[in-house]
Amino acid sequence: MQSVLIDVGGGRSNVRVYQGGTGEPLLYLHGAGGLLADDPFLARLSERYRVFAPLLPGYEDSDGADNLHDMLDITLHCFDVMEALGLRRPILVGHSMGGMIAAEMAAVAPHEVERLGLIASAGLWLDANPIPDVFALLPYEWPGMLFHDVALGTRLLTSGLNMEDPKFMTEFLIQNAKRLGTAGKLLFPIPDRGLADRLYRVRARTVVIWGEADKLVVPAYGEAFRHRIKGADLVRIADAGHMVGYEKPDAVLSALARLQ
Amino acid sequence: MKFTWFNLMPWPYLPDDFRKKYRSVWVDIPSSLYDPVKGHDVYNTYLDQLEYAETLGFDGIGVNEHHANGYGLMPSPNIMAATLSRRTKRAALVVLGNSIALYNPPIRVAEEFAMLDVLSGGRLVAGFPVGTSMDTNYVYGQIPALTREKYAEAHELIMRAWAADEPFAFNGRYTKLRYANCWPKPIQKPHPPIFIPGGGSVETYDFCLDHDYTYSYLSFTGYKRARQLMQGYWDRVAKRGKDDSPYRAGFAQTICVAETDQEAEKLYAKHVSYFYNRCLHVYPGFADAPGYRTVKTLQANALSQLTRASLEAFANLSWKDLVEGGHIIAGSPATVRERMQDLIKGLRVGNIFCLLHIGDMPDEKTRHSTKLFAEQVMPHLRDIWPEHAKDDRFWIHPMQKQPAPKTPVAMEAE
Repeated sequence: MQSVLIDVGGGRSNVRVYQGGTGEPLLYLHGAGGLLADDPFLARLSERYRVFAPLLPGYEDSDGADNLHDMLDITLHCFDVMEALGLRRPILVGHSMGGMIAAEMAAVAPHEVERLGLIASAGLWLDANPIPDVFALLPYEWPGMLFHDVALGTRLLTSGLNMEDPKFMTEFLIQNAKRLGTAGKLLFPIPDRGLADRLYRVRARTVVIWGEADKLVVPAYGEAFRHRIKGADLVRIADAGHMVGYEKPDAVLSALARLQ
Repeated sequence: MKFTWFNLMPWPYLPDDFRKKYRSVWVDIPSSLYDPVKGHDVYNTYLDQLEYAETLGFDGIGVNEHHANGYGLMPSPNIMAATLSRRTKRAALVVLGNSIALYNPPIRVAEEFAMLDVLSGGRLVAGFPVGTSMDTNYVYGQIPALTREKYAEAHELIMRAWAADEPFAFNGRYTKLRYANCWPKPIQKPHPPIFIPGGGSVETYDFCLDHDYTYSYLSFTGYKRARQLMQGYWDRVAKRGKDDSPYRAGFAQTICVAETDQEAEKLYAKHVSYFYNRCLHVYPGFADAPGYRTVKTLQANALSQLTRASLEAFANLSWKDLVEGGHIIAGSPATVRERMQDLIKGLRVGNIFCLLHIGDMPDEKTRHSTKLFAEQVMPHLRDIWPEHAKDDRFWIHPMQKQPAPKTPVAMEAE
């Protein structure tokens, strides 16, 4: 994967975009944690698609977060990124918070989004299944919350990190505050910005993909998305948690193949 | 020097196994631990103590705002200040403060503070904290990365509302008012003195200096650990070319006074331990919502005093550790005098918020410690800044003549 820093919105922000692979263009929107080091799921996606994975402002060196206040700002920002990349109706795939944004884009501009992949998407709220408060989790709690295979999760999440080094920890805290600072505009304190009322507008061919062992956004939310988006397929994947793309990439790729 | 007697109003009935059984004293502490019938006595005892402090000559009496907090029972400090306004005559009512980003619309703060200033005859000190992450983000649901912007907008609205003589249209991002129109207006002109509680944000230093507000560091870790932070503030004051009046700064200090040092330990150790071990048991996941602090502050390494390490440290501190480490100032009047001088000169502060009620300290002991402080410590510290004796920019300016209350209030407690 290569990465470039592109100008978005005529100086409103600089956005880091990871890109690679050949095939149909696919725009991938990451979750609240951002991308992992040498992101293994992106690498798998790039085996089948020409992947573009922009980082939201606040993630790595993407800047301009001060211009973004709410769901609409961030939705339009992502259209601006699409425009800046010269993409016309790419396959749009989002994971978790990225799914929330992708679904919002598909609802706001139903003629611009023709194919939509929602992986363990945030954006809905079910009183019977409250989503845990990710903003109060401690770092060591993340692997258990996100992964079915906790050992794999721990390895992936801590790859390249040295938590013993205080200098590194300060930098890690700063980066974490910037990332989750942006995420909080969509997810804090309740990850619901009214998407449920707008999903009726989605016209895209949609596949909803869920890990059956997702503890963060439980599979009932997959049902809720399927129910609210006309004609959507729901693919449930066994032995996978919230990070289903990292735990069962083959199954996720074959689910996305339904969008061909 | 200005001394304000401050009561956090802790719940004094947290169970002995509190730390083991519950993860946090704040945010998700079960309200089944609160008993409103006992609470009636607790509130009234605490309010009586604040009134008592006035009779002993404290310059101010102080209250603050917390939410879902087992050591701070004042979600509405203004209600407390309102009761005090009627039963006191002289002391400043130091409300430290209203978390202005939490009031909707924030002109409510302009109105209520004006009410308090009028009720008290111009005795209000108005505090405008950004608020802790626990209160502001976790309990009151404000988006962390937008909290400061919302705070700044609320501040602008309140100050304009106090200054304006005509209704005006206020078009903010978070508040839109066609008719911003503050009735009543405060007695103190152009506005009551404003205190900003801060915890080391660079932005907060500048905010205070831009407006000549008093910067107050409210810490439980004591004056020795505060040196670096307060030095940062004074460096900023110098850099900005402002005068270095100590009344630009205030500091909160836990204080225990007894006849002797040994007696202080005997009388108060238990209650101090209750506070540091039980009341400061905050779940680290609530200490600092990501995005709440600015990157500039994080880079300055001014991490929250409620970081995991320091919280764990609190739990294991003995009386000796707390006294020697300067977390608390405790001992005989002579000992306390000496330490207070170190504090005042070392931090260069003109305001002390005296935390003389601590944890589950019973009323008699609180009054004992308070009285000793007022009679045997305070008088020796009063004139520590003679060259700034005439600086009245940062304190209250009550109206000249107080109307006589209809029913005389007994001011002579004890």
